[in-house]
Amino acid sequence: MANEQTPSAGGQLTPEQLAQKDPSWQRVLLARHPKRPYSLDYIERLFTDFREVHGDRSFADDPAIVCGMAFFDGQPVMVVGEQKGRDTKQRFHRNFGMPKPEGYRKAIRVMKMAAKFGRPVVTFMDTPGAYPGIDAEERGQAEAIAHNLREMARLTIPVVAVVIGEGGSGGALALGVGNHVYMMENAIYSVISPESCAAIIWRDSGKAELAAKALRITAADLHRLGLIDAIVPEPPGGAQEDWDEASRLLGETLRRALGELSRLPPGELVRQRYEKFRRMGNFFI
Amino acid sequence: MAWFKREKSSQEQRPKPKAGDRKVRTEGLWLKCEDCREIIWKKDLEANLNVCPKCGFHFRLDAVSRLKLLFDGEYEEFDRDLVSADPLEFVDSKPYKERLAKSREAARVNDAVISASGTLQGRKVNICSMAMQFIGGSMGCVVGEKITRAVERSLAAKIPLVIVSASGGARMQEGAVSLMQMAKVSAALMRLDEARIPYISVLTDPTTGGTTASFAMLGDLNIAEPNALIGFAGPRVIEQTIRQKLPEGFQRSEFLLKHGMLDAVVQRKDLKNSIAQALLFFCGPANPPA
Ligand SMILES: [Zn+2]
Repeated sequence: MANEQTPSAGGQLTPEQLAQKDPSWQRVLLARHPKRPYSLDYIERLFTDFREVHGDRSFADDPAIVCGMAFFDGQPVMVVGEQKGRDTKQRFHRNFGMPKPEGYRKAIRVMKMAAKFGRPVVTFMDTPGAYPGIDAEERGQAEAIAHNLREMARLTIPVVAVVIGEGGSGGALALGVGNHVYMMENAIYSVISPESCAAIIWRDSGKAELAAKALRITAADLHRLGLIDAIVPEPPGGAQEDWDEASRLLGETLRRALGELSRLPPGELVRQRYEKFRRMGNFFI
Repeated sequence: MAWFKREKSSQEQRPKPKAGDRKVRTEGLWLKCEDCREIIWKKDLEANLNVCPKCGFHFRLDAVSRLKLLFDGEYEEFDRDLVSADPLEFVDSKPYKERLAKSREAARVNDAVISASGTLQGRKVNICSMAMQFIGGSMGCVVGEKITRAVERSLAAKIPLVIVSASGGARMQEGAVSLMQMAKVSAALMRLDEARIPYISVLTDPTTGGTTASFAMLGDLNIAEPNALIGFAGPRVIEQTIRQKLPEGFQRSEFLLKHGMLDAVVQRKDLKNSIAQALLFFCGPANPPA
C-alpha cells in the first residue's frame, strides 16, 4: 500500500514530450507536477481568514496535514488538507506530504470539533501515501487511518472531499470519507503507486507507466467505476498553468456541493454518506 | 503456507529414521520448526493446532481450521458464491480473471474470506475468517462485501462479530475498488459500534496494509496471536524508505502490544476461551439454546 516518496520530475517535460506519454501516465506526471497548486495555495485563494489549528493533543503537530478554521463565501468551514513542500527545505518540513499518525489524529480531532459546532468540513487529499517509517508504525499508522475511516462515517455535518493531486492509497482515503467526493481533472487516486505496482508485477519499478494504465487511477476511471461523484475541470494544460483559474473552478464545485448538503439534516448526512460507500464495489459475477 | 515450502528444503537435514520406523514411509510426515529448528511430526503439529509442540511457535492456520477451532461444531456459511467480476480488467503476468479461477481451485475457497455463523461456547456469533492462501488474503470487492454483509447480519440479529485477519492488505488487481472497501467496512463497523454490538478483531500472521488500516484495528478488542507480523507498511518498504535495518521484533505482536496498539497477545490454545470471556463480559451469559 505504501508509495514511493521520491517526488517525480514531471514538470521538466515539455508539453510535447508529455503528449508522447500514455494518457494515464500523463496524469501521474501532472498530479505530481512540482508547480501544481497544493492545499495551502487553494486555501489562500478560496477561503478568507484561514486560521490554522495545530496538533493532535497527544504527541505532535504534523506539518504534512494542515487544518484550520476559515470562511467560504462568508460561511464558516473547517479545512483539512495534505500539504507538500515547494522547495527542498519545505519538502523535508512537510515530509513530502506523507502524514504520520499524529497528522491523521489532528485531522479527525478538528473534524469532530467542526461537527460539534455544526460547521461543514472540506478536505484536500494530496499525498504519495501515509509515511512508511519506524516511528509511524510505533505510533499506530494503521490504527490512525482506520479510526479516521470509521469516525468520518459518523460526522453529522457536510463533508466534501477533493483529491487535488496524488490520492495515495489509505494515506489519502483517511481524509476521504465525504458526502461528496471529487477529483481534479489531472489528479490520481490509487491503492498503490504505479512504481510499487510495477515492482511487484514485473520486478521493475521502471514499468510504472504500464502499471499506471492497468491500475485505472485517473479521475475518469474512478468516475466510471462509481467511486467519485464528479471531476473538477482544470485550466488548459493543467492546474500548474494557472493557480487562480484552478482555484476558481474548484470553488464552483465546492459552492454547489456545500449548498446542496447544507439542506440535509444531520441524520440524513450520515445516512447519505454511508449509502454512498456501501454501494462501492458491486462488481460480482 | 510457508512451512510446506520449508519442509522440502530441509529434507536432507532430517535425521535417519530409527530402526523401528524403517518400514514406515516418512516422506512428508516431518517438518522442521522455523523457530526452534527441532524436527516435529506433522501429525503432532496438527494435533497441537499448528503450534510447535517443542517451542510454542505459531505456524499459520488456514481459514477452515480456524473456524473449526472457534465454533462449537457445525456452522453455516454465507455468501460463498460471491465472485469478483474483475472491475479493472486487470492484466499483469496473467489476466486477473485467470488468477482468480486458479486460486479458487488451489485454495478451495471462492475468495480470501469465509463468512460463517455458529455458536462459540454456546453463544451465537458471526465469524469472518480470512484465507491467506487466496491471493495473499487480499481484500477486493468480494472480501469487502462479505465482511460488510456479516456486519449487517450482526446488526440485524444483534449478535457479536469476530473477524480473524490474515491478509496482505488491499488487492492490487482491483485498484481503487479495493481501496474503497476499507471505507465501506469501516463505515459498517461504525453502525455496529453505535448499536453497541461487540466486535472482536483477531490479528494473525500476517496482517498488513489496508486490512490493518481498516477493520483489523477497529475491534472493541484487538487480540493478536504471538509473533504475528502486524503493520501498515510492509517491512521491506520501510527498509527501502529509511535505508536502515529494522529493529529486532519490529511489527510483531509483542512490539504492538508494547506500543499500545493491542489489547492482548493470546496463545492459539486460549483464543476461543478469551473471546468467550470477553463476550461474557460485554453481553452477559449466553442464552442456552431452546
Ligand atoms: Zn519450535
